[in-house]
Amino acid sequence: MKSLLRILAAAVLLAAVGLWVARGANRGWTKTNIRHETPDPVTGLTGISYEKGFVPGIDFLGGAALAVGVMAGGSLLVKKKI
Amino acid sequence: MLPFLTTPGLAVPETFDFKDPKGVNAITFKLDAPLEAINGSAGGITGTVSFDPQNPGATTGKIVVASASLTVPNAMQTTHLRGSQWLDVEKNPEITFEAKELKNVKTAGDKTTAEVAGTFGLHGVSKDLTVPVELSYLPDKLGERLGGNQKGDLLVLRCDFAIKRSDFKINQGQMENKVSDTINLTVGIVGASAK
Repeated sequence: MKSLLRILAAAVLLAAVGLWVARGANRGWTKTNIRHETPDPVTGLTGISYEKGFVPGIDFLGGAALAVGVMAGGSLLVKKKI
Repeated sequence: MLPFLTTPGLAVPETFDFKDPKGVNAITFKLDAPLEAINGSAGGITGTVSFDPQNPGATTGKIVVASASLTVPNAMQTTHLRGSQWLDVEKNPEITFEAKELKNVKTAGDKTTAEVAGTFGLHGVSKDLTVPVELSYLPDKLGERLGGNQKGDLLVLRCDFAIKRSDFKINQGQMENKVSDTINLTVGIVGASAK
């Protein structure tokens, strides 16, 4: 049980950091509306639209770190089988 | 009969409709607080502007932004932004600017720069503002822009200015470390006058 929790904690940490890096290492808040810009050549203006998406931010990393901490801390409370 | 209506040189102001069929019109906002920067935009823009290419200084009009179209990249923040603690869009569905007068008008070709004096309405509060504006008149460009045979002109309006949310009683004095009191606005919109 102790090992399982630690392996799980490491897996969550790796997955969270991996996802964060893979989605652009966004150092702002998690984005759930992705902004798109469309140039309008006649006027020189740029249209802005949003679509649903997910770009994890530092709050996502913080949540993952908290979960990892809980699991790793919990593993210390589990007694070894004798 | 009524010969002056057809006399060359006596142009009649055109009315430009800012409900853009291509959905390009947007107003972006930026709040740069010590702990957090918030960037977003609003796309629900309507309104009309009366513009005379022969006399740009006589321009008047009203631009309306649907409060519920204000969006930031985070859905939860967007919900908070539109909620009762901040913009309260159910009670205040529109953000408006009514242009009453242009000052310091300078025209070069189809481009006019000026300071526009008008009334800005936000969160149930109206305040007189004078802000710099650039107007670009694009005659006969409507068809090219829409990709059809429509005849008409375009008027592009660009404007950068800042307001303070405390002036409009938007959660004034609260959370200024995260939500700046100063709101920087960038307007880039186009209106069409079909013929």
